[in-house]
Amino acid sequence: MTDATETASGPGYRGPATGGERRSFIARNPSVLWFLAALALFTLGVTILSEATGNGALSTSFVKTLGKTLCLCLVAIAMDAVWGYCGILSLGHMAFFGLGGYMIGMWLMYARTEAIVLESLANQPIPPTPAEVEAAIGSQIMGVVGGSELPDIWAFAHSLPLQLLLVVLVPGLLALVFGWLAFRSRVTGVYLSILTQAMTLALSLYLFQNDSGLRGNNGLSGLQNIPGLPSTSQAWISISFFWASALALGLGYLLFAWVVSGKMGSVIRGIRDNEARVRFLGYPVEGFKLFVFTLTAVVAGLAGALYYPQAGIINPAEIAPIASIYLAVWVAIGGRGRLYGAVIGAAFVSLLSSWFTGGGAPDLNLGFYLVQWTDWWLVLLGLSFVLVTLFAPKGIGGLFDLLRRRGDPDRDGDYGPDAGAWRKEEGEEEEITR
Amino acid sequence: MLRLLKTLSVLLLLPLAAAAQDLQSILQTHAEEAASPSRQSVGTMLDDLASSGLPEVANFLEAYQDRDVWQRTTDGLFFYAEETEDDLYTLTDISTGEEVGTAPASEMEQVRPNGGVRREIAGALVAFQLSDPDIDRRRTAVEAIARSPSPDQIEPLRRSIEGEADPALLDRKQELASILLALYGEDSEARIEAIGALSGELSVEARSVLNQILSTEQGVAPELPEANIARVLVPGRQLTEAEAYARLVEEDLAPPAPTDDDIRNALAANIEGGTVGGLPVTQLDDPAARYTAYDALAAEGTVPPRVPPEARAAAVESHVFFEAYDEPDPAVTDAARAALDEVRTRVGFGQVADLTLDGLSLASIYFLAAIGLAITFGVMGVINMAHGEFIMIGAYTGYVVQQFVPNYTVSLIIALPLAFVIAAAAGIALERLVIRHLYHRPLETLLATFGISIALQQLAKNIFGTQARPLTSPSWLDGAWIVNDVIQISYIRIAIFVLALIFLGLLLYILKRTRLGLEVRAVTQNPGMAASMGINPDRINMATFGLGSGIAGIAGVAIGLYAQVTSEMGANYIVQSFMTVVVGGVGNVWGTLAGASLIGGLQKSIEWLNPSNTLAAQTYMILFIILFIQFRPKGIVALKGRAAGD
Repeated sequence: MTDATETASGPGYRGPATGGERRSFIARNPSVLWFLAALALFTLGVTILSEATGNGALSTSFVKTLGKTLCLCLVAIAMDAVWGYCGILSLGHMAFFGLGGYMIGMWLMYARTEAIVLESLANQPIPPTPAEVEAAIGSQIMGVVGGSELPDIWAFAHSLPLQLLLVVLVPGLLALVFGWLAFRSRVTGVYLSILTQAMTLALSLYLFQNDSGLRGNNGLSGLQNIPGLPSTSQAWISISFFWASALALGLGYLLFAWVVSGKMGSVIRGIRDNEARVRFLGYPVEGFKLFVFTLTAVVAGLAGALYYPQAGIINPAEIAPIASIYLAVWVAIGGRGRLYGAVIGAAFVSLLSSWFTGGGAPDLNLGFYLVQWTDWWLVLLGLSFVLVTLFAPKGIGGLFDLLRRRGDPDRDGDYGPDAGAWRKEEGEEEEITR
Repeated sequence: MLRLLKTLSVLLLLPLAAAAQDLQSILQTHAEEAASPSRQSVGTMLDDLASSGLPEVANFLEAYQDRDVWQRTTDGLFFYAEETEDDLYTLTDISTGEEVGTAPASEMEQVRPNGGVRREIAGALVAFQLSDPDIDRRRTAVEAIARSPSPDQIEPLRRSIEGEADPALLDRKQELASILLALYGEDSEARIEAIGALSGELSVEARSVLNQILSTEQGVAPELPEANIARVLVPGRQLTEAEAYARLVEEDLAPPAPTDDDIRNALAANIEGGTVGGLPVTQLDDPAARYTAYDALAAEGTVPPRVPPEARAAAVESHVFFEAYDEPDPAVTDAARAALDEVRTRVGFGQVADLTLDGLSLASIYFLAAIGLAITFGVMGVINMAHGEFIMIGAYTGYVVQQFVPNYTVSLIIALPLAFVIAAAAGIALERLVIRHLYHRPLETLLATFGISIALQQLAKNIFGTQARPLTSPSWLDGAWIVNDVIQISYIRIAIFVLALIFLGLLLYILKRTRLGLEVRAVTQNPGMAASMGINPDRINMATFGLGSGIAGIAGVAIGLYAQVTSEMGANYIVQSFMTVVVGGVGNVWGTLAGASLIGGLQKSIEWLNPSNTLAAQTYMILFIILFIQFRPKGIVALKGRAAGD
């Protein structure tokens, strides 16, 4: 991209003077360090204030909410990578998130039911055979949908390692197959968005059926009870999951910061801005897109596997297309094309949303009408989302650009379709590495 | 009874042959039976009454059945009586129907036929009712036979067919006669002939009669018995080994085999000091150990012995399992099977036709819902996620109009254009305020319109509440067009089909024959070039967006007429509308039509193949569409050449 070196000459351009030799990954991405430091500080603060490890200023349920929010931030980063960097507006990443939750939920539910069944069968005069235990677990779990046997998809549910493997494999394979079909037939833009939405709808409708083998619309429940830890209090469980979520978020941030930087990052952003030109330059566009799509789906699945044990219940409504659209909304409000933007958006909007819908916000008296936020929050969210799209396409993350006086990158020609995702520094990275 | 039927037939053939006696004197010859009838004795009297041919007999039998006939104890005469004053009865002559004076209660005795007698009377009455001059009574009598058919109704029914004047009732009587003959005909030939006549029917009734003739019972025997065998069941194929053995046990052809549950319970009942059958209880979590312990118990004689699997297999092997028809005559069952196959084929054709109608109706709804989306997508390249909410706006407009205009026909006539205007105005406002600023950023348009969509949905919820609101259709749209028992379609769906046709024609006219249409097509193909030619793309965008949204409003009224109006109704149709556009191809009316037909037809067919599960139908349809996009990424009707844009 020597071409870009010659044309890049904006006021914020630091030029090749600073970049004679290859610098470290952290030095090239200072935001990573800032983010990890902030996350560590936050984790420390919550640990000190939690019930299990600190003075108890934060209730167990609030620690759970914070832990869940961190998982949502993780899936938002994945969404940012696939949309803000690669330009694929996927309306299906919450489906991958939910699939991850289902996979871990199957083990949680099986193991817990097994413990309950063994306890109740222990009182019988004759010790139970393995087949009897199996049958009792089956009728216990599937009884709610009128079944008595566990379907074949529960074959691995007895084993935590196998089921953890499925957390990665199921969303990953689904994304791989779907992405391969979609990208090879050159479905792009809004067509692709609609197609991912259709996939999400099909999946949630399938799971809504009673004979899907995953308990229909009852979903999987009781996931907050971790099997094998009967004497551990929920306070400890919640702070442990909080730590795990924070660790996963930190690792996920590092992973995607690495993926979207360097040469591969340039190609990925190039696909976003002008797919045809990148293809003409000889890059296998479909391969890159498939890689990003599948990787983000796997991360979304992992985030879901951490989220649902804290939420305690998962049902097909969580997979409905609307959830994936909200995910896009978070990322858009936080700011696309910057990973910290996705984190800010997910945390800010989801916490604000639960504050408003939970009745936490005071009612607004207009004199002639009393605005109850439980009813009007969605109207406010919808309209403010439109306003953000119209007037602040960079979202909250755009404020950081204002602070550091960064504008749009200087590029010749068509800027591509996604104005909200541009950043000045994107144009500079490559020269710095030379 | 047969005698009664014969005399009845004589009576009906020669209605006025013998009117020698009057009613009272016939009754007096059977005074004892008439006053205290019993089921065995009443037959003779009924025969005589029937053969008398008197017109008042029908009325008398009805009154007799209803316990309105009284006997005067002083002279033994029969009257209709009614208690007009305390202990004083007004008497009515049973022949003339005139009042003939009064009598004190002490002189009157009510004739109380018991249940069995009343059934006999009803049987005799049917013959009269089937030929009654009043068509409603004839109909009631025919339906009474259809409800509880019995062999003795065949003759009266056949006799009444000759005199039947009403063609519809005549058909019904002939059908019923075939059914009765098929079930209870005297000999096999008559029944086979009647069964043949039934093969031309489509009704559920005829099918159930044929099924009744073909009813089977499962049996098991060492060798195949001499009976009308429907089929032989092979264990392992038509029924499982376990079922086969269970049937053997039921028929006492094999000893009962204790199940694993029985074994566990028997072991639990025989624990002695921590051991059972010589094994410690703690070892019994293994099936093999349980069998050993149980066998030990069986050897002591405390429990029945286990039946080893080989013995069970041998027992099943040495018997024949079969299904035998309840009907002994194979010729009858063969004829019934052939007739049923023929009926099923015809029903199958009927169902295909019905399915086609259903699919067409669904397709017209999808067409109305999606066409607005398709033209805005075609012209501007933006997906309007709030399109479903315009459908909702149209439906709520219809609902509000009905609150002010009570006449449903008038309110519908007002609502349709009003829904168009309001939805179009909302669409134009959306285009001016939001979408105009987001051209060339299609993904952001998608999200911004999604924001509008959730805001509008919640707004509707706040205004109209969460419960479903009715949009009542005018009475002339109630009911359904019924072709036969299989093919029928409601008038509302026909009306929606017509509405879709009208809008198809209207849109084709606007796009192909008007200046606006020309400009719309120009902007669709190349906005820049169109602008150079003096077309104002801004104005065209606004106009198309208004048109598309307005049609969505109309679709909303149409959908509201047969489904409930809720704030989520738009969201329910939006994905199908997207699918229609994606499958059909962008910016083309014919494409949308093709897409709507494909999706509507497909959804109905999948539902038909798997009727218990509409969720699965939608899942499979979406999967099909994802695969379809592989082969035609641009839809069925793709824009070609430079018009395609890229």
